Amino acid sequence: MLIITTIMSMILVNNYVLAQFLGICPFLGVSKKLDSAIGMGIAVVFVMVVATAATWPIQQILNSFNIGYLQTVVFILVIAALVQLIEMMLKKYIPSLHKALGIYLPLITTNCTVLGVCITNIDEGYGYVLSLFNAFGAGLGFLLAMILMAGVRGKLEGNEAGVPVPFRGLPITLITAAILSVSFMGFSGMFQ
Amino acid sequence: MTILEPVLIVVVIGFICAGILTIASKVFFVPVDETFTLLREQLPGANCGGCGYAGCDDYANALAADHSLPCNKCTAGGPDVAAALAEVLGVTAEAAEKEVAVVMCNGTHEAAKSLLEYTGMKTCSAAKQFFGGVNQCPYGCIGLGDCVAACEFDAIHICDGVAVVNRDNCVACGACARTCPNKLIRISPAKNIVVVQCHSNAKGAETRKACTNGCIGCGKCEKTCKFDAIHVVDNLAYIDPEKCKNCGMCAKECPTGAILNMRVKKAAPAKAEAPKTEAPKAEAPAAEAPKAESASENAEA
Repeated sequence: MLIITTIMSMILVNNYVLAQFLGICPFLGVSKKLDSAIGMGIAVVFVMVVATAATWPIQQILNSFNIGYLQTVVFILVIAALVQLIEMMLKKYIPSLHKALGIYLPLITTNCTVLGVCITNIDEGYGYVLSLFNAFGAGLGFLLAMILMAGVRGKLEGNEAGVPVPFRGLPITLITAAILSVSFMGFSGMFQ
Repeated sequence: MTILEPVLIVVVIGFICAGILTIASKVFFVPVDETFTLLREQLPGANCGGCGYAGCDDYANALAADHSLPCNKCTAGGPDVAAALAEVLGVTAEAAEKEVAVVMCNGTHEAAKSLLEYTGMKTCSAAKQFFGGVNQCPYGCIGLGDCVAACEFDAIHICDGVAVVNRDNCVACGACARTCPNKLIRISPAKNIVVVQCHSNAKGAETRKACTNGCIGCGKCEKTCKFDAIHVVDNLAYIDPEKCKNCGMCAKECPTGAILNMRVKKAAPAKAEAPKTEAPKAEAPAAEAPKAESASENAEA
């Protein structure tokens, strides 16, 4: 039950993009087309879970040496290496996804959602399994935000004529993101 | 000792990551098309987009995938790069005609009447929002240097309120032409050294009022030209680069000096010297090429 609540809360209430405003760069950058948005979302889900799986034990090592303050540095190091690894694997086995993600895959390295979820897991004192599910939920939340945004932007794309000239392009995208974010406020307090 | 321990631990973690990545790079190695690497090495890496592809990588990819594509598309590299690419692909290079950007305006500060005291953002596209620019002529060069900012090759500068191309540096990538809000810049063959430096489609009297260097569409050049190369369309003279023999008669005839003959310096109003002084060097070889075909050219010189 706790696991389901955690996942649902990460998707709807504490959505990393729409409620905590982390990871805006890929959210705005890759959400033009639905398929690349889904690809990016899935990549983030994957990276988040793998990064959590790797960083949680590392935090225990750091704690045992009493150097928990090195958390940020070490996590970034580990996540960067992981993303490189994943990039190599994608290039080998799913070249089309590798091409679709393009520059955004290396950008996951410095994506604050990934670092954010790793640090949150430690700060909240979650156990290993719960951490993994928390990361999974956070990734799904990111995926959901990407899909919603890509869907709305896809509809906008063909109907630029209805948008006032000064708002075309990035401004209307930011406004769309804001409205999406406001709509997610309706979920606040659903899960405790 | 307290500092050594954390440093060591981070270093060890770093080494473990490096080790994993090294192994992974062997395990997940993807052979890259060798031709691509070779082609990419030959390209200048300016990513200017002059070839029509998204960048040097994209062009090299396209060439590697389809060897029948023309290998002379790289405007930044010119014939040298085309030859190098051709060697890699094992085909003969067709030399691309050297092209340069041409600014179709000579509305210098003294020639073009200013319309307003513009103190806003110093870009042409911003100034264009106010009554079509800072000068009375809405077609002319605004002179705030959007093209200068777009140029990767230091080939275009604002001299006396007008953009001037340094033909030595220009690689005809077209970045300036795409940026110019008034669409004043055209990419045309470098051999054509007689150019109409005006882009005003307004009636002669209106053009005259706004700028003393403008083309008023009188048609004198049209009557003078022996090669049927220049025509006035929509109150503006246009030189057909195919037919023009660079004789420069139209430039002599033009009552407003809107046509510039870059060989005879005195025909050009004495403005914008700085970059122009370098220009004749580039033109010398270009001028030799067509000398057989025009007697009038020698007569004039």
